Amino acid sequence: MLDVVISFVVILAVFLVLPLIVGQTEHKVMAHMQSRLGPMYAGGFHGWAQLIADGVKFAQKEDVIPAAADRRIFMIAPGVALVPYLVVMIVIPIDQGRVAVNLDLGLFFVLAVMGIGVLGSIMAGWASANKYSVLGGMRAAAQLMSYELPLVLAASSVAMAAGTLSLPGIVEAWQWWWLPWQAIGGVVFFLAGLAELRRPPFDMPVAESEIIMGPMTEYTGMRFALFMLSEYVGIVVLSFLTTVLFLGGWHGPLLPGWLWTLVKVFALAFVVIWLRVSFPRLREDQLQKLAWVGLVPLALVQLALTGVVKVLT
Amino acid sequence: MDGYFGSYALVAALFAIGVAIVAGALMANRLLRPTRPTPDKLTSYECGVDPVGEGWAQSQVRYYVFTYLYVVFAVDAVFLFPWATVFDAPGFGLTTLVEMFVFLGFIALGILYAWRKRVLTWT
Repeated sequence: MLDVVISFVVILAVFLVLPLIVGQTEHKVMAHMQSRLGPMYAGGFHGWAQLIADGVKFAQKEDVIPAAADRRIFMIAPGVALVPYLVVMIVIPIDQGRVAVNLDLGLFFVLAVMGIGVLGSIMAGWASANKYSVLGGMRAAAQLMSYELPLVLAASSVAMAAGTLSLPGIVEAWQWWWLPWQAIGGVVFFLAGLAELRRPPFDMPVAESEIIMGPMTEYTGMRFALFMLSEYVGIVVLSFLTTVLFLGGWHGPLLPGWLWTLVKVFALAFVVIWLRVSFPRLREDQLQKLAWVGLVPLALVQLALTGVVKVLT
Repeated sequence: MDGYFGSYALVAALFAIGVAIVAGALMANRLLRPTRPTPDKLTSYECGVDPVGEGWAQSQVRYYVFTYLYVVFAVDAVFLFPWATVFDAPGFGLTTLVEMFVFLGFIALGILYAWRKRVLTWT
């Protein structure tokens, strides 16, 4: 029982603190990559308390629900977007033997539950009764459709290599030479995951300069903050999954295992921010084309490679 | 908390905690926020002008073909997972490997067909 309580406390700490750290890092890293300073005022030292100040502001803002909106769906959509990412964290190991629940079909569970998060955007887009939001919701749905397939195929390649679907089991079976062996799958998984999070350069559904945040156009105050939080929790969860599946989780020399996991997670989160600064937004048809002509065939190649190597050795 | 139902009970517990976090945040927001709705504030946002027509306007959804593609492949992908865990079990030899290439061939053929039918280009 004590074990369960401790692991829940760890999950909640990861859920509430890491997204803020990633968000603040994004502020500062983006700023310096663009020769700016970023937030400097809140909290005194290099604006470290900027996101806390944002949170206080969001908590006091009026909650405007447009008269035309479908009220009930509009109100629960942010929760639908956020909660799945918390639930996913229950099966992610951060160190040897340190996982809340070791589900036998952990990988399948993760992929299934993460798909629900995108429903939040679709619900928000439809319920807002705003043309931009409907467009954004449609695009979010189309993106989920196209990128779910390469995500699932790349993930199943790791399942083939490890011979199990349990996430701790996969890390247990991991060897260093899996890095080159599963490299294609890792890149495909990471990119498809980014697209599911609607992060730049895959942010056509929220494109703020074109359809003004898409599904989130009509949202204000706390509900908007929950959507933002879900985006950053999404980054954290995606980084954790890529670490666990493709980068060997807690494996690594010298440092303790949980620290290795965190180092890898933060390195991946940095890459997520880096990609946002470096690439222009993909047009909607380019997005679809990248998924079907680029990532899906690559994932199939990875499956073939995994199968051949696994059976021959 | 062991066994099959025990582990899913924990998943349910974490789900309940998540719902409580969202509800708590919205409740705090309710206690702290002002509420002064005006008819203008409650109109849909359309870049500052009065909204034209309804938000749920008719539009051409170009993505529906991708939905078909996805449904076909996702059903295939579901069968991939149980197969992935047992395919190199001793005694199967090369049979499962050949099976995999048949499977990959089907998916690749499907994408090739969609590509030849110009589903993947828009203009």
